Amino acid sequence: MSTANHGNTHSVRHHAHHYESAEHEHQSSKEGVWVFLCTEILMFGGLFVAYAIFHHLFPETFKIGSKFTDVKYGATNTVVLLFSSLTMALGIYYCQIQQQKKAVISLAITILCGFIFMGIKYLEYSHKIHLGLLPGDWYAGNADMIASEIGNLKLPENIGLYFSFYFMMTGIHGIHVLIGMGLIGWVLIRTMRGEFGPNYYTPVEGVGLFWHLVDLVWIYLFPLLYLVE
Amino acid sequence: MGNTSHGAHEHHIIPLKTYLQVFAALIFLTFITVAVTWFDFGAFNAVVAFGIASVKAALVLAYFMHLKYDNMMNRVIIGTGVFFLLVLWFFSILDIVTRVSEQSTL
Repeated sequence: MSTANHGNTHSVRHHAHHYESAEHEHQSSKEGVWVFLCTEILMFGGLFVAYAIFHHLFPETFKIGSKFTDVKYGATNTVVLLFSSLTMALGIYYCQIQQQKKAVISLAITILCGFIFMGIKYLEYSHKIHLGLLPGDWYAGNADMIASEIGNLKLPENIGLYFSFYFMMTGIHGIHVLIGMGLIGWVLIRTMRGEFGPNYYTPVEGVGLFWHLVDLVWIYLFPLLYLVE
Repeated sequence: MGNTSHGAHEHHIIPLKTYLQVFAALIFLTFITVAVTWFDFGAFNAVVAFGIASVKAALVLAYFMHLKYDNMMNRVIIGTGVFFLLVLWFFSILDIVTRVSEQSTL
């Protein structure tokens, strides 16, 4: 494998001139990604805090709203994302130990997991839209279909508020999954070209950090929307 | 990794076995977090659920995101984000639970 590899073996990548060394460049790039992840935490965090506030103000709305999420879908998607985080980490690992083919396979599986996650999201969304469970003022719940779903519960007037949170939080998360898939596709192509190896894999690591953050957000979204009333 | 004759500082490589163990732990904790919902801890349901989520988050940060072997700066950066999120959460909750509604008919 090492003799057939055109990438890292004979072309040592030169770091940009404003860095002291390749290591300095690697560390600085990674630090930049972490600062970005910090802003991501604050953005999603704002939504979590808003959820906590409105949950406190309208507990009944959130209690009934949460009956519309199916823990089977949520748990499956949790396992899918955790597995994709493993394969993402392995993608970096195989770059570190110069196993290009395995790195490519790991990254491809990670993207596939992204598709599975979004597929399950599509099933959930289409079911909710079918029932008319739309955010805020757009709420147009079909009473008969809802009754067959959760029984004859009296729905609070502002039940649309729950679906505002549901669609906003899972929607922004879903957009992150899509962007992550695109970024992994980008490093996947570059890995196939043999651009990465033990000496240089910074973009794979950076994209990996982003993907893990998307997983981290889901780790909290899962209990919030699917488990706790 | 033996053929890195580049002379640069070598990065710590987490062994494959560790990654698999962390993944197994994450799946186990996911099962636990679903299983505990079969029991009712009352007001502590949310505490238990988010407590387990935080253990999972810590595992992802430490191993998948390499923070355990990373420099202190990246830990401080992410810790700052989490800290200010907790500040936002704490004072928001403090405000909202201590409010007395003006329209209260009680």
